[in-house]
Amino acid sequence: MEFDASYSAKKFKSVGTRPDRPDGVDKVTGRARYGADFNMPGQLIGLILRSPHAHAKIKKIDTSKAEKLKGVKAVITAADLPDLTGGDSDLYDILDNCMARKKALYDGHAVAAVAAIDAKTAKQALKLIKVDYKILPHVTDVDQAVDPKAPLIQEKLVTGGVDPKPTKPSNIANVSQYGHGNTDKGFKSADFIVERNYKTEQTHQGYIEPHACVANVSSDGSADLWVCTQGHFVYRQNCADLLGLDVSKLRVTASEIGGGFGGKTHVWSEPVALALSRKAGRPVKLTMTRDEVFRASGPASATSIDVKIGADKNGVITAAVATLRYSCGPYAGMWAELGAMTSFACYDLKNVKTIGNEVLVNRPKTAAYRAPSAPMAAFAVESAIDELAHKLGMDPVKFRIKNSAKEGSKSSYGPVYGPIGIGPTLEAVKRHPHMKAPLGKNQGRGMACGFWFNFGGQTCSTLNIGADGTATISVGTIDVGGSRASLSLIAAEELGIPYKHIKAVVADTSTLGYNDMTDGSRGTFSSSIATISAARNAVSVMKERAAKTWDIPVENVEWENGHAVAKGKKYGNLPKLSVKDIAAAAGNTGGPIAGHSELVADGAGVSFATHICDIEVDPETGATKVLRYTVVQDAGKAVHPTYVEGQYQGGAAQGIGWALNEEYIYGDDGRLQNSGFLDYRIPVCSDLPMIDTKILEIPNPNHPYGVRGVGETSIVPPLAAVANAVSNAANVRMTHIPMSPPRILAALNAEKN
Amino acid sequence: MSGIAVSTTINGDDVEYLCQAEETLLDVLRDRLELTGAKEGCGTGDCGACSVMFDGRLVCSCLVLGAEADGCEIETIEGMANGEELHPLQTKFIEHAALQCGICTPGFLIAAKDLLERNPNPTEEEIRFGLAGNLCRCTGYDKIVRAMQDTVKEMKGV
Repeated sequence: MEFDASYSAKKFKSVGTRPDRPDGVDKVTGRARYGADFNMPGQLIGLILRSPHAHAKIKKIDTSKAEKLKGVKAVITAADLPDLTGGDSDLYDILDNCMARKKALYDGHAVAAVAAIDAKTAKQALKLIKVDYKILPHVTDVDQAVDPKAPLIQEKLVTGGVDPKPTKPSNIANVSQYGHGNTDKGFKSADFIVERNYKTEQTHQGYIEPHACVANVSSDGSADLWVCTQGHFVYRQNCADLLGLDVSKLRVTASEIGGGFGGKTHVWSEPVALALSRKAGRPVKLTMTRDEVFRASGPASATSIDVKIGADKNGVITAAVATLRYSCGPYAGMWAELGAMTSFACYDLKNVKTIGNEVLVNRPKTAAYRAPSAPMAAFAVESAIDELAHKLGMDPVKFRIKNSAKEGSKSSYGPVYGPIGIGPTLEAVKRHPHMKAPLGKNQGRGMACGFWFNFGGQTCSTLNIGADGTATISVGTIDVGGSRASLSLIAAEELGIPYKHIKAVVADTSTLGYNDMTDGSRGTFSSSIATISAARNAVSVMKERAAKTWDIPVENVEWENGHAVAKGKKYGNLPKLSVKDIAAAAGNTGGPIAGHSELVADGAGVSFATHICDIEVDPETGATKVLRYTVVQDAGKAVHPTYVEGQYQGGAAQGIGWALNEEYIYGDDGRLQNSGFLDYRIPVCSDLPMIDTKILEIPNPNHPYGVRGVGETSIVPPLAAVANAVSNAANVRMTHIPMSPPRILAALNAEKN
Repeated sequence: MSGIAVSTTINGDDVEYLCQAEETLLDVLRDRLELTGAKEGCGTGDCGACSVMFDGRLVCSCLVLGAEADGCEIETIEGMANGEELHPLQTKFIEHAALQCGICTPGFLIAAKDLLERNPNPTEEEIRFGLAGNLCRCTGYDKIVRAMQDTVKEMKGV
């Protein structure tokens, strides 16, 4: 029977409390095992040779000298990863990205790999591989890449999504369009219009743990992979497809994950490690260096976005248009499309149009980064909205409230909204004491809104009742930030037993059915539905066992506070049975007790947030200091409020880094110049103030407890909130992110002149 | 291939190992001694995930050679708790959710303990600058600073 996940209001006992996380002790004592903390007997060390060129034809690779070096057990090139993709272009791109086949498409692109008895030998072997390149012209800038004269990255690629189909190839892989109404007409009735181009630079998720795995392929076709990943089932599928393994014979065990933020939803070096292990006949450990993480995993898009918004003198937006160009790296993606869908999602608009252009550049393949593509679109749109409010002489919060989407609004990307939180977050911001905090000289305040869809997806869980009445919940979604705590709370709530009696584990790919990865803020949302469903199935079994023990009809058994209770005049005096009682008798009443659940978690409730930021700008140096920061976001229902706050704060901090410091810097040679944490500067403790949070709870109608995903939306508003604050503090409109001191100084000087 | 013989003390225990000249202390701890609590986030001394105490000095173990540890005293995250009893900082980090993914946590705890030993009553600013050598990408540092402040309170007996 399909599980009914619709919301019903209830009073919670466990959900909403703030217990210690179950993996806490392991993580504060150094015992938790991450990707690089695992070793296998007889393992080799794998290393990857990477292209130093942004764009080059690979004429020949000579591995003979490396193969002869003592201690080298395998050397591979693309020839060892034959094309088994059968016309699946997305899969082919993954294959080509893992190991370049004909051309190196960016600085850092893998071209060969070795496995040797130790790291020293492997390093020596890399130096002995000779690659004969023919260097080709390259392009790394998103605006330059769309120039018809730009070097072509995929020579045969003709833009999709355009009618009629273009006759010539270009670096625009696809064009998507969203919206409704008539924007030309809308602009005619506007009294004020803001029209600008906005740019954002490429950023990296910046997880502290580099990618790491240990691969072990046996000659009988079975294989094991230990890896840090956001989705071990997806990794299994990709690796099995690329290596030609049976899916069921590849067991993937997820380690603890040291941050992912979207970057660990894609395979990078794992298929290479498996191919090395297959060739060497021994386990291979492959760990990326930080330099490799920056150069060759998947950062977010660099963007260039044109926005035009018009409003009448009453403060009603009459039309809004955005044309977005997002860099995808050298392979087609749907990053601009996500930007196009999210751009105006906060607003109730009669006339709106967005066009997304997927642009190929000689940079690493773009990957998801927390609410992928939404922060840049929000930066452009929320900056323009702020400027428009100033032009109208309206308070920017009131202007947004006036135009915000509400239940029943047709969203700019199509669907009609159910109950949503954009209005309430804005109202909460309007009343927030932060808005009244005094500002000094060179200080400014900015605010901005953000939206993210959230995702549900395929999920399954198994709940086993132990002989002592405790319970284990096995889930298939990776715990990236405390979901084992929240899922334990959910199981405790359903079973009616204490949180401490629940153990949540992330099962490997051989012990549980397929699960989509932890992305789209789905970890707690989707696995909690599966957990509730599994727990209710286990409760049904326990009711049957109680009925059997009492020898009464199961219809007369109810579940109350962790006990089976006999109901009705006839049986009402039977002493109730606890989970422990029922579990202890299981051997005589039908065997082990478990509840399973396999479902598609539809109905992830959309999520909205509004942020406030105060900044001080030093007009002499262009340096900035974040003074105050407040996040207001709708969580639907906060299962473990402390970890919900943590998601809000973490997303805000990443967004602040994106707004002020972080960017990929490429030289004219197409090489990345700042592939380390010294030069790619993420916020440190002394850069930030406390980040205040306010959790709103507008129940998601499609979750039994009203839960919405909370992980991603918090990174959407900060770019714009910080930019609006800097613009207000410096009295000059900032349109290029990050607002590093040189960029702020340049804007101040341009304004003076 | 001969190694360099090193005699050192780690978390109060005598330890002997052979290592190569180019091996870092972090490599030795993780790969030779199986003390994987110290993490390699960058290998260039920028992230602090490999922080250990080296003769009473806070260092990034990725910037120290394994051979340099001869005759020295090393403290790592594995030595912070006293058996089952956690250090107050460890307890407060869990209580305040000062960790999400937890990869930076061992380094933060080593640095935080060192900071409190040098300055038992730090201001928020002193905490923020004292921990600025450790990168955390999950928390935005808010809960880490609060866990520190609460530890200070508790250790003072307030």
